[in-house]
Amino acid sequence: MTASDLIARLDAERGAADEAIRAARSAAEVEELDRRFLGKASVAASVKEQIKGLDTADRPGVGKALNEFRTAVEALLQGERERRAGGDGDRLGSERIDVTLPGRGPTRGHLHLVTQVQRELEDLFVGFGYRVAEGPEVETDWNNFGALNIPEAHPARSMWDTLYVRLGEPEQVLLRTHTSPMQIRVMQAQEPPVYIVMPGRCYRKETLDARHSPMFHQIEGLVVDRGITFGDLAGTIEAFTEAYFGAGHHARLRPSYFPFTEPSAEFEVTCIFCEGSGCGTCSQSGWIELGGCGMVDPNVFTAVGYDPEEWSGFAFGFGLERMAMIRFGIDHIKTFYENDVRFLSQF
Amino acid sequence: MRVPLSWIREFAPVEAAPSAVADALNEIGLIVDAIEAPGRDIGGVVVARVLEVVDHPDADKLTLVDVDFGQGQSRVVCGARNLAPGDVVPYAPPGATLPGGLKLERRKIRGQESDGMLCSAAELGLGDDHTGILHLGPSAPLGGDVREVLGLDDVVFELDITPNRPDAMSVVGVARDLAAKLAVPFTVPVPATPAGDGTSAPAEVEVVDAVRCPRYVAMTGSVAVGESPTWLANRLTLAGLRPISNVVDVTNYVLLERGQPLHAFDQGLLGGGGIRVRVAEDGERITTLDGVERELTREDLLICDAADAPQAIAGVMGGATSEVHSATARVLLESAYFAPEGILRTSKRLGLRTESSARFERGVDPNGVLTAADRAWELLAETAGGTADGPGVDAYPEPIGPARITLRTDRVNHLLGTTLTRDEIATHLRAIELDTGVVGNDLDVAVPTFRPDLEREVDLVEEVARLHGYNRFPRSLPRPTTQVGALTPQQVARRRVCDALVGRGLSEAMTLSLVSPSDLSKAGLPAVGIEVENPLRVEESLLRTALLPGLLRSVAFNASHGLPSVSLFEVGHVFLAPTGDDLLPDEREHLAAALSGAAGAEVHGEERPVDTHDVVGVLEAIAAALDLEAFTLQPATRPGLHPARCAAVYVEDREVGAVGEVDPEVVARIELPLPVVAFELDLGWCLTATKRVRRFAEPSRYPASTIDLAFSVPADVPARAVRGTLMAAADPLAEAVELFDVFRSDALGAGQVSLAFRLRFRAPDRTLTDSEVGEIRQACIAAVERTHGATLRG
Repeated sequence: MTASDLIARLDAERGAADEAIRAARSAAEVEELDRRFLGKASVAASVKEQIKGLDTADRPGVGKALNEFRTAVEALLQGERERRAGGDGDRLGSERIDVTLPGRGPTRGHLHLVTQVQRELEDLFVGFGYRVAEGPEVETDWNNFGALNIPEAHPARSMWDTLYVRLGEPEQVLLRTHTSPMQIRVMQAQEPPVYIVMPGRCYRKETLDARHSPMFHQIEGLVVDRGITFGDLAGTIEAFTEAYFGAGHHARLRPSYFPFTEPSAEFEVTCIFCEGSGCGTCSQSGWIELGGCGMVDPNVFTAVGYDPEEWSGFAFGFGLERMAMIRFGIDHIKTFYENDVRFLSQF
Repeated sequence: MRVPLSWIREFAPVEAAPSAVADALNEIGLIVDAIEAPGRDIGGVVVARVLEVVDHPDADKLTLVDVDFGQGQSRVVCGARNLAPGDVVPYAPPGATLPGGLKLERRKIRGQESDGMLCSAAELGLGDDHTGILHLGPSAPLGGDVREVLGLDDVVFELDITPNRPDAMSVVGVARDLAAKLAVPFTVPVPATPAGDGTSAPAEVEVVDAVRCPRYVAMTGSVAVGESPTWLANRLTLAGLRPISNVVDVTNYVLLERGQPLHAFDQGLLGGGGIRVRVAEDGERITTLDGVERELTREDLLICDAADAPQAIAGVMGGATSEVHSATARVLLESAYFAPEGILRTSKRLGLRTESSARFERGVDPNGVLTAADRAWELLAETAGGTADGPGVDAYPEPIGPARITLRTDRVNHLLGTTLTRDEIATHLRAIELDTGVVGNDLDVAVPTFRPDLEREVDLVEEVARLHGYNRFPRSLPRPTTQVGALTPQQVARRRVCDALVGRGLSEAMTLSLVSPSDLSKAGLPAVGIEVENPLRVEESLLRTALLPGLLRSVAFNASHGLPSVSLFEVGHVFLAPTGDDLLPDEREHLAAALSGAAGAEVHGEERPVDTHDVVGVLEAIAAALDLEAFTLQPATRPGLHPARCAAVYVEDREVGAVGEVDPEVVARIELPLPVVAFELDLGWCLTATKRVRRFAEPSRYPASTIDLAFSVPADVPARAVRGTLMAAADPLAEAVELFDVFRSDALGAGQVSLAFRLRFRAPDRTLTDSEVGEIRQACIAAVERTHGATLRG
């Protein structure tokens, strides 16, 4: 092609570019046009290539025309981009919406805080290799007390204020006072080894008010295997504490008494508020009492037909509401059961 | 149990700081609930003697009291009436401080200048006795600091003693454990048994029921009843008991110190001056020290006099007739060991728990009975001019010896994860007075009778652990080798359901499982259910038979707090009557949901009242989350739901619940916001229901044909049924059939409804021709008209 042919092509292309850019319907199309008129496969690129084949004298003229073409098309593209970005009002003004308005569709609801805590703990113990077992809330006296080494005339009975129900003989059927009857059910249903946690509702003879509730939730763990030691119990509580509350949180045990464990202990964890330095929440001790634990009493093993000389094990348990109250600073247990959505939606 | 540190020190030279003592107590399981230093906030309160008491000129209830406090005299206005010249009392002059931060100032009371105040026990932080000014012993030095006089410079540990440790319900028992933990000497002085002069015959004691009363010591003597000396009264006050008289105070002192309850009878008031121990007759009555007449049964053990008249409920409370009083000259002091179970039953049945019964029911030391009586007479001699007649009567036909338990060293280490040697174990046990003999590598342990909780080898393992220190064991994390951790499929499915509901905007509620009959009847349900035998109040007297009553109450709670539009669900157990011969209830896991008020209220845009279709949508989300194979609704009438806006929910032809608008009558009764729509399902069953089989079907690459069909249908025909007919008629080419419009109008006529469907057809292997689509269209129309009595609308 001659120099004049090339210049004519550029002129024609410039007209096409002008028309196409003004007609562009979207920002994406503008960018597409940028590639079409200025890109590698564009007429401009082709002209630039052909300049090399022209006489030396013709080259400056075509070069100048090419520069003018590029400048003009770039200006058009830029103008279109800017117009789209904001300027030019009338047409867009009527189409503009406030994209920052809240999105449509149902707002996500909330799991109850107790459920959230329960799931976190279940998942944590599943990670340790445990299974999760559940069972009835109305139980026999045998499963709730007798098999757990709490005979009828035993001072330890007074540790639980029990609600009985009108079924069977008097005081034969009750609302379970702890999740421990699940220990009995699980051990009666399977041979060792056992690695389970047992969450669930428990009951006691109290009326609902700020500090008391006839109902609460517990989670309890049970491990039975060969050679399980008190050190395994302490190590498990420690591992759970660190996994749940975070690094730097520890557990300590102190002697206590439960009829179904021997030795028995209460366990405390590093105060989550002062990290152990002492504050009002932990009565300056640096520790918060969380629950009870111990080595499974041989009488419990005997009750379910396990040989206490062959198997040993431990159990531990604590209240979910109490856990949540400590962790989130909730003062009144009643809060959990009023179902005020202003409470539910905080978690 | 409140234990003053000074008292512990009489048996063990504990020099550690109070906080270190508390740590040690906690580490051995004698849990410290509080450390009290009662004198900490008292400053400048001194001993004063009352000189004169005159009436306040302008106030009936006030007096003016002149006192001498050693360094001078003052006049104070006083509201108490228990003062006479010569009384020695605590005096807080201006500038003195009292517990609670009160600082005394000189001020006028009803026109009379009061130069400070005289203090009651409560005002000094000693218990809650406000009734009068505290009287100090006559020997208290005038001007002396009351903290020293009252022993308020002491530290008191408030201990929470677990029910297995009767021995630790005494100062001696606490001191024994603490001494072992702190490795300091422990010695309990042994009191001498009174010799007497041999002139008085011992009291007659007949134990009829030696099973219930294995040991009974009666030691008589003469006393002079009066006030206790200050040191004795102070000890009791610090330990939380109120001083009464020297004789009664001594029995309480021994109870606290040794853990052995004692009872002092006025011997002159005992028929025949002796004792007969027997079980009560059914219906026999006795008036106890608290003035209450109580009816007894053959379960109860009685202490009678020699004339067989009841004088005390054994181990629980003394009787009123032979109570020690100010003129008592001779007492019969009872120290006994009663079988624990009997005391527990009596105390529980009478609802009467005393310091005495709390110890007997856990088991006192049968071999400490005589020592306690000796100790009491030692103290009576010191504080009440007491003289025992002699060694008294000791009815102990079958002495109880120490239990012997073999403790295997391997067993200790096996359970604790330790490598303790036999001798290290023995050292721990000997520190708490357990004798150990050696049998090979194991120990033969003699358990003294003050530790009735130590019955088995494992109980000794706990003692070793306790004394070794619970936090000194090497810790390890056991993991199962025969299972992997996982939730069950049902547990996973339940979570999926709850998550789907949360995604739909519902929040999870938890309501009480205990309800009242009216909760059920208000919700339109039968007011019957499994009854709680011993409810505290009617509101918690039934086990719930459904979740909705509680959930509706939660809706009402929110509405009453200005939040009428809520979406709540609950997952929980309901309790139905046992089936067949079952003892336990038919307990099921239910899921209920309730939506109230306005839908879409939370976003800009259309707001409208919630309706049944909203809650059906939630139900469908559950079916989708569970991937249910067969989930259908059938119009039905169910209690608590609007009769014309209700459907039964079926999964695999089994009715699993109901959905609909809450009956307007229920809404009115519970004062709910309008409208409320709800459902309740047997979730437990749904979790185990058959899932849809999931197989891949290749999506067709050919174009679809879409047609719309509107029918006029009798209004009682469910749209779901019409849709099913269309799906069947167009099978297998129907890719989608969607109901997009429903309306009624006069033009349609009463009892008719217009249902408009959009049908999308597509073949897997070809483009459908116009004529094919026309044929399918005709087949669909014909099927709906034939099956449902419908007509195609133009």
